Amino acid sequence: MDWISAKPTKYADVPYEEKLRLFMEVKNDPRYEDFLYGCYECGICVSACPSARFYDYSPRVIAQTMAREDVDRFYEIMVEDIWNCAQCFSCVRCPRQNNPGGLVTLIREVAVKNGLKEARDVLQGYSRVIYKVMLKGNQVSPDMLQPDFFPDWGPWVREFSENMHVWRKAIPVDTLRGVTDAAWRTDEKTLVELYTIWFETDNVDIVREVDEGLYELLLDVMEEALEEWQEEVA
Amino acid sequence: MASAFVPVQEILERKARPVLRDPNEAPTHDLREELFELEAKGELIVHRVPEPYVEVTTKFGRKKKIPIEHTWHHKSCGQCGHIPGYSASIFWLHRQFGLDFIDPTDQTSCTGWNYYASATSNAVAQLAVMSRNFAAAYETGYFPLIHCGTSYGHYKEAREQLIHHKEFRDEVRRILDKLGKPLVVPEEIVHYSEWVHVMRHRIAERQVIDMSHITACVHPACHYYKIVAEDAIYDPEIYGAQRTATVTGLLEALGINVADYSTWFDCCGFGFRHVLVQRDFTRSFAVLRKIEVMKNEVDPDMVVTHDTGCVTTLDKSQFAAKAHNRKVGVPVLSDAQVAAMAMGAHPFRVLQLHWHSTDWRPLMEKLGIDWKKHWEEFQEDLDAIRRGEKPGITWEEADRPIAIAA
Repeated sequence: MDWISAKPTKYADVPYEEKLRLFMEVKNDPRYEDFLYGCYECGICVSACPSARFYDYSPRVIAQTMAREDVDRFYEIMVEDIWNCAQCFSCVRCPRQNNPGGLVTLIREVAVKNGLKEARDVLQGYSRVIYKVMLKGNQVSPDMLQPDFFPDWGPWVREFSENMHVWRKAIPVDTLRGVTDAAWRTDEKTLVELYTIWFETDNVDIVREVDEGLYELLLDVMEEALEEWQEEVA
Repeated sequence: MASAFVPVQEILERKARPVLRDPNEAPTHDLREELFELEAKGELIVHRVPEPYVEVTTKFGRKKKIPIEHTWHHKSCGQCGHIPGYSASIFWLHRQFGLDFIDPTDQTSCTGWNYYASATSNAVAQLAVMSRNFAAAYETGYFPLIHCGTSYGHYKEAREQLIHHKEFRDEVRRILDKLGKPLVVPEEIVHYSEWVHVMRHRIAERQVIDMSHITACVHPACHYYKIVAEDAIYDPEIYGAQRTATVTGLLEALGINVADYSTWFDCCGFGFRHVLVQRDFTRSFAVLRKIEVMKNEVDPDMVVTHDTGCVTTLDKSQFAAKAHNRKVGVPVLSDAQVAAMAMGAHPFRVLQLHWHSTDWRPLMEKLGIDWKKHWEEFQEDLDAIRRGEKPGITWEEADRPIAIAA
């Protein structure tokens, strides 16, 4: 039971202990204390927030909930709200120096790491971006600009798609010229170092929680690249 | 009893006065001091800003060094991937001034876009990616100049976390040891638009395209001036130092009429994840809170901004809004593209306007730039590339301005 509104607690099927475990995972992040100092309820963060204009979403509620350590409400936020945040950090104009956007980042991280269904659902269709950033070190590339994915960007996308290879050659920047599967030409050694970072920080395992198939694919490519590089260096 | 009432006129006069801040009364600690303390303890290396540099004033009155050259260009994946004229313009400007720089291949993106979009990473991974790039720059002796607003904001925040949390530093150092790299943090995190800002008068000296009849709206990038806000440039001469001076300073130096509008502080609606897989939010915000407000209030000839996501969002969101009869149709350019255009950069070989979605032709015509002629030239380039007569466009072909100063 929510003692303030006397409404039945949502997600009552999830044990309180599980919600508390997730809450503590967020709270134990070293950055947590840098992001939350208490809340005046002044609403400045809400007035600046783009998502608050379009969704039933409030950075103030997030700061309040975390400050009150309201574990049930925290779980609702984790399931229903966090993915609405635009991560623009307009909310950091908070007079208490709170960072509600930063809190959202931490909660998202815990949601993903624990493989919450809602996190997996919201990231459906996003896997190709994760694939690109993990393997190429770039978030986007020209070959991602396909008319089927960006119909709302106008006929320009189709024109681009038809001319991509020649348009990319017609760029004077040496590191960009002709490159279509990444944003720029990156050294093999650089990518091997990036893969090492992903492994050393358990970042690869995080992807597994979102998309098992993608995880297997990334593992194959990155392990092979690391082995080849080690043989080359030896 | 004295009245607490303050007349509106007095409030307006107060607001009109430039803000001169005393750095000794800054509400935040100067991170750079802590950085040098950590270096003295042997925890990390501080990469000094090379000379020549220009000192600018930041939000709380502190000084920040902006290097002019010997820079290592930390490119933006969104710019290079989808708005290549943005990156090309930054490099073109450096080449025009004969400045020494490196465009590295030993660079990854900050990967921050993905982190803000999906959270499929963690703090140490993000810090390690940043530190690997900074170490790569340090190995060359060149100083990092960050092209992307999000990389700039992300790195500023990451630097703060690295300084304040020993457990992060230890973990990042362990990973860097494996890579054979030192832990290096630059003395300043510098955004390319800060370089444009300090170069603005030199750019204006070489202006060949008259822009005095052009009205522009500025969209300041959230990740430039909201994340670690004290690091952004503020100037009493520009908005009385009550708003960040970057972008506006350049446009004023070029003689452009900078028109104010009521949602100046609003985000563009990019949203990181939203712009890729949930664009109803992105389109709505970009059109309803930015483009349409500008159109209704000042009807600008162009919007100028200084970040990857903002150019993408504000430019690409306008097409679908047209179908709903919204008031749209304002071309969107980066400050670097505007600076290059003012100095006579080719609209397609350098500015790469054909990658932009919203119609830029009326702006070209208003500026007196014969875009049809230059498009023909560019088509000849493309045909020659298709025929295999040349591998692509080179700097030798792109360097020459389309107009010469009188």
